[in-house]
Amino acid sequence: MNNSMFKRFCIGLLAWVIAFVIFFPIFWMVLTGFKTETAAIADPSLIFSPTLDSYIEVQQRADYFKFAWNSVVISFGSTILALLIAIPAAYSMAFLPTRRTKGTLLWMLSTKMLPPVGVLVPIYLLFRDTGLLDTKLGLVIVYTLMNLPIVVWMLYTFFKDLPRDILEAGRMDGASTLQEVVYLLLPLTLPGIASTGLLSVILSWNEAFWSLNLTSSQAAPLTAYIASFSSPEGLFWAKLSAASTMAIAPILVFGWLTQKQMVRGLTFGAVK
Amino acid sequence: MATLQLKNIVKQFGDIQVIKGVDLDVNDKEFVVFVGPSGCGKSTLLRIIAGLENATSGDITIDGRRINDIGPAERGLAMVFQSYALYPHMTVEDNMGFSLRLARVPKAERRDKVMAAARVLQLEELLERKPKALSGGQRQRVAIGRAIVRNPSVFLFDEPLSNLDAALRVQMRIELARLHDELNATMIYVTHDQIEAMTMADKIVVLQKGEVEQVGSPMELYHHPRNRFVAGFIGSPTMNFLPVEFQDSTHEGVQVTLPGGKTCRVPVDGTGVSVATSLELGIRPEHLNLQEDGPLSGRIQVIERLGGATSLYVQMDTGMVTVIADGDVAHKVGDVVRFGFEPVRGHLFRDDGLALTSLHQHPLTGIDRQSNRAPVEGSHS
Amino acid sequence: MNKPRTAGRTVGGLRPLALQGPAVTLLFLWMIVPLAMTIWFSLQRYNLLMPGMTGFAGLENYQYLFTDPALWTAMLNTLLLVGWVLVITVVGGTLLAVLFQQEFFGRGIARVLVISPFFVMPTVSALVWKNLMMHPANGVLAWVASLFGAEPVDWFSSLPMTSIVIIVAWQWLPFALLILLTAMQSLDEDQVEAARMDGAGPLSVFFFITLPHLKRAISVVIMIEMIFLLTVFAEIFVTTSGGPGLATTNLAYLIYIRALLDFDVGMASAGGVVAIVLANIVAIFLVRMVAKNLED
Repeated sequence: MNNSMFKRFCIGLLAWVIAFVIFFPIFWMVLTGFKTETAAIADPSLIFSPTLDSYIEVQQRADYFKFAWNSVVISFGSTILALLIAIPAAYSMAFLPTRRTKGTLLWMLSTKMLPPVGVLVPIYLLFRDTGLLDTKLGLVIVYTLMNLPIVVWMLYTFFKDLPRDILEAGRMDGASTLQEVVYLLLPLTLPGIASTGLLSVILSWNEAFWSLNLTSSQAAPLTAYIASFSSPEGLFWAKLSAASTMAIAPILVFGWLTQKQMVRGLTFGAVK
Repeated sequence: MATLQLKNIVKQFGDIQVIKGVDLDVNDKEFVVFVGPSGCGKSTLLRIIAGLENATSGDITIDGRRINDIGPAERGLAMVFQSYALYPHMTVEDNMGFSLRLARVPKAERRDKVMAAARVLQLEELLERKPKALSGGQRQRVAIGRAIVRNPSVFLFDEPLSNLDAALRVQMRIELARLHDELNATMIYVTHDQIEAMTMADKIVVLQKGEVEQVGSPMELYHHPRNRFVAGFIGSPTMNFLPVEFQDSTHEGVQVTLPGGKTCRVPVDGTGVSVATSLELGIRPEHLNLQEDGPLSGRIQVIERLGGATSLYVQMDTGMVTVIADGDVAHKVGDVVRFGFEPVRGHLFRDDGLALTSLHQHPLTGIDRQSNRAPVEGSHS
Repeated sequence: MNKPRTAGRTVGGLRPLALQGPAVTLLFLWMIVPLAMTIWFSLQRYNLLMPGMTGFAGLENYQYLFTDPALWTAMLNTLLLVGWVLVITVVGGTLLAVLFQQEFFGRGIARVLVISPFFVMPTVSALVWKNLMMHPANGVLAWVASLFGAEPVDWFSSLPMTSIVIIVAWQWLPFALLILLTAMQSLDEDQVEAARMDGAGPLSVFFFITLPHLKRAISVVIMIEMIFLLTVFAEIFVTTSGGPGLATTNLAYLIYIRALLDFDVGMASAGGVVAIVLANIVAIFLVRMVAKNLED
């Protein structure tokens, strides 16, 4: 075996060990979900007889699909809404910059730094008075606003990488602002827009503060579903793992399938 | 049919004035070149004409109609960008037909027009390709094709050849000149390359720091530069400048003392210049001749042999001058040479940079690029 | 004569005001309405358990808050948590990015595995770590310790902050890796080759070529992570509930305790205002850093 092959083998081995260690908690959770409760607390072992009992019991306690559906509606709804609001704003920041543009952008990002807990009480009271409490619409609104600064900022960086000449050529060819966006900007920055959208979906899907405090039963997404299993009484690890697996499975698979796209979007500026 | 007028155009970015009151008339079917060093405002001026930039004040009119507040698309202009600005996600055909698609031109008609333009530019084979798969010269032609398809009244070019290599640039230059004849259109062309300006223009506009230094035909600019800046900018290698002293002025011209003490009478109008004033003599390298008894002398520092001609860089007491000599001169570095010039080739500049008016009009100054071709017809003054 | 207009604008195009209007207005409302209400409540005597006792309190709530030692502990905890997680994820993320940039067998799959924790919701990751990993009797870590004959660690009572940092860093390390790995791909190979030709070893290449190239990406990672780390909540809520004592109570959690456990809206709002002020102080530094990045 020659030297460089050996080196490559060592690098591969190291990388795989690290990848396995980092992934292990997820792997172990999935595995435990298929164990019996006794096996779950026994000494760790890869050899056991898999069972679906935990899944069945968990499903009997709470209807997983209702929560999952809420998560889908809320995270995709808020992402689409945020993109619709952010695209014009990012367009104007990237292509029609004024002296105030940078300030506006930084101000937007700084609103992200307000701790949600600092404004929980007023938002809760506002939601109660306007009937938005425990509605999907309420959470869609909150998540849209929560992700808007990051979405605007990411789109801005993608848009800024597009040569201005191309849009100006479009303008010379007779494109209105809307046509410019639809025919030129969107197709050319699609990878960037997609990765922005994907990130927004993931952040919304996993958000646990607002969803726990602003929903109770009707609009509760999967974060609330899993929180209902967090109290230890009457619940054992196998069931907890089964519920957790179900809660993260959709977004994990979604993330795996789209990670290439996400990376492509993020490298868009560099690759062009 | 398209004439274009600029009246006192001013452009301000914040507090900085980048265009300081430009007036210009562009005649129908004229090929006008804006030339100047980078940062002189030539591209900004073009973008103002295109409508991509607002003029801070002043009027832009096309065929007498004021178009300041009309959007770029409705001005009836087409622009070719320095970067070509092709739409990377569209095929060549879609790139060229995009403006027609926006104007809701029926598909069949669109195709005909694109095909026609493609034929002119020999792009028929490439219509299905994406810009990525084209060479620099091909991209350039597509960008021009996109402009042709719109059938504009005025074509605008923003340094279109600057991204091409030298050989291709020469070829495209010829092609653009041919297109101008073929399309019979008004063209405005921006470049920093004075050779492009000299070879293609009917009328050159020399800009510096947002102001027009001179407008005229290439030969007019070459033979009768209005000031020292234009004299130095037009022509390659650049004009030599020597300090001289005014002696007297008659109807035959101005008598000056050259460096080294000899005198010379340059046929320019010296009215109003007082005795013993310092002037600058401008003389182009190609107009300096090696002569045994020439009035000027210096030591050769560098020799560049180009075959047909030889450039001599000669150190005089007052500075370095360039002499273009015959290809076969036998001089060596270190040789002291004497040289002179025909007085009519000389230019005199006052210390404010303005040239003293020449007493003779060079016979070629009236000639523009179009009348270069036989037979000479019409006038393009 | 037209009046002077701002630069870079096409004749007849839409104005920035119209395009940015919706985003700016919504964010402004989202910021200002709750902020105004929070400030208003913070000046009130308003406890949901004592409905009779309402009225203007002046700075009473702030006085209580600032004399409450919990506030200072919570602030310190917040900074510790943010600081440690940032250090771990940025340093770890950079090293891992270099490693996972190399060619090796099954790189694609290994990358997918290693970025997976980013997709896991905080509540789940907290539950998994608390029960399956760090449980003192049946957790995997306890079992590993016993293999080596060591005494199992009771993570959440003896090393509470460390435990929280581990959990949070586990979630954010993949994010840093993803961004840095992406940035790494745009590294100019010619530059590396040139450095090699100049006699640079792998370490020099890393410090003089790779690291400067990643500077921008690293500041992006720091900025985004900071935004989220300042408001870490679910991980603490699920695992330690801020304990033992106040050992893992950060500002977000302290306000939560005051507001939702003590039902003292006035006091909680005062805490909220403090959190907002603190966030803004951090934001100023952050904004400076990002602003530099926006230059190019």
